[in-house]
Amino acid sequence: MNIDRMQTPELLSLNKFNVDEEEPHIVLDKEICARCEDKPCLVVCSAGLYKLDKSGGISFDYAGCLECGTCRIMCKDKGIVKWVYPRGTFGVSFRHG
Amino acid sequence: MGDENFDAIVIGAGPAGIACAYTLAKQGKTVLVIERGDSAGSKNVTGGRFYTYALEMVDRGLTAEAALERKVTHEQIMMLSGNRAISVDYYDPSFNRVGGTAQSFTILRAVFDPWFAGKAEEMGATVVCGIRVDDVIEKEGKIVGVIAGGDEMYANVVVAADGVNSFIAQKAGLIKDIESHAVAVGVKEIIELPAQTIEQRFNLKSEEGAARLILGCTEGIHGGGFLYTNKESISLGAVFMPEEVARHGRSLPEMFQEFKMHPAICPLLEGGKTVEYGGHLVAEEGYRGIPKKLYREGFLVCGEAAGFVVNLGYTIRGLDLAVLSGLAAAKAILEAASPAKVGPAYMQQLEAVKLLPIMRALDGFTDALDIPNLFGTYPKVAADLFQKLYAVDGSVPDHLRKQIWGVVKGNKLTLRQLFADGIRGMKAL
Repeated sequence: MNIDRMQTPELLSLNKFNVDEEEPHIVLDKEICARCEDKPCLVVCSAGLYKLDKSGGISFDYAGCLECGTCRIMCKDKGIVKWVYPRGTFGVSFRHG
Repeated sequence: MGDENFDAIVIGAGPAGIACAYTLAKQGKTVLVIERGDSAGSKNVTGGRFYTYALEMVDRGLTAEAALERKVTHEQIMMLSGNRAISVDYYDPSFNRVGGTAQSFTILRAVFDPWFAGKAEEMGATVVCGIRVDDVIEKEGKIVGVIAGGDEMYANVVVAADGVNSFIAQKAGLIKDIESHAVAVGVKEIIELPAQTIEQRFNLKSEEGAARLILGCTEGIHGGGFLYTNKESISLGAVFMPEEVARHGRSLPEMFQEFKMHPAICPLLEGGKTVEYGGHLVAEEGYRGIPKKLYREGFLVCGEAAGFVVNLGYTIRGLDLAVLSGLAAAKAILEAASPAKVGPAYMQQLEAVKLLPIMRALDGFTDALDIPNLFGTYPKVAADLFQKLYAVDGSVPDHLRKQIWGVVKGNKLTLRQLFADGIRGMKAL
């Protein structure tokens, strides 16, 4: 197998996740996000989960979150209205770490 | 868990929490460790390397049983610039005497942490995984327990060893949420390769390992790369200051992939298979990043939650300091005559186990590593110099002094700037 550039969806598909469908651990106020000029989340997320949608707003899926916390501390306009660790047993489970 | 009142509840089954639980349980104390991951280590990502002296301080002989990867025999520094690379490889057998305990090992957290948690259980601690602690319980100004998984649990002391984001220390009112300049964000791929291939590529004997830190792979952003050889995999990662990533404007995962494909890195991984991708924050401010208060009555903060990490540029220490802090917390709990004295005793123990003295002595590295040219310009200057030295094409070479000056000017550096950075570095260290 050759080493190659990998996109984050492919990288994340290698990890073990148990997604909490009932209780998202990160919640955005998309109106605040749409007004945010800098949108640092687009580049700092280690999992590349923050994307621009067609209307220039933020689209985000917490399912592949690595739970690092970078988006929370970089979110200047406080569009991230909730950031907690997933409930016990949910979220990413590293098999190597 | 009923109405039991534990001697201690430890939040987080990482090396800090487990060192604390192990030490307390060994002395007959009742300890409950609450871990939010499925198993200990399943939420953790490290570079990483573990210095064994800390484990030996918890209990002599523990290292021999520990689930570690390879003993580090090759200490390496690498500088990248464009498609060029400079490598330094320091080999020193005295760090790994036959029959003695090796100084440090490479480590995988999802392997090491469950082993260590198991040792604490053998001592009598209870380790419960898959439960997130949501809050602390306060009574008359003291922390008396935690709320986790809808249950209330009580203890004489609550030890927060819940890692860099430490929400629990925030809930206890000891710290505010992290400031973005205080941390860096790291990403890492685990790339599986046969042991023999790793040994051939890194010039290692069986069980030997390499630890490599890399400068000049972050597009000028504060940070760097790392590469650790595990038994049958390579941990390749890079760490970036998130504020600068935001200003730089290129996605962090993309920059990391660029680094992975560098012509001096990629061949080391060839034929390997990526099996995991991790991301984590790491405290970057060393001694000055430690919160002003690490305790209140009934409550102690340990490990990275307390900012116990130092980045020296050529190595990074966090896991050993975590273990020391857990040990210090346990000793404080064991020796304090009354609950009110546990906190002050913890501060004394952090001195006695040398954690704070070590961090104080290394404080200057935070300034030295704050020199912006270190992450792009200086690796390029170094590579340009090597290029001048090694390029032979039959032409008459300039005087060496002139060549050096040419490189300095070519990188738009002034003598003044070089001097200023030099002084800054010297002063810091």
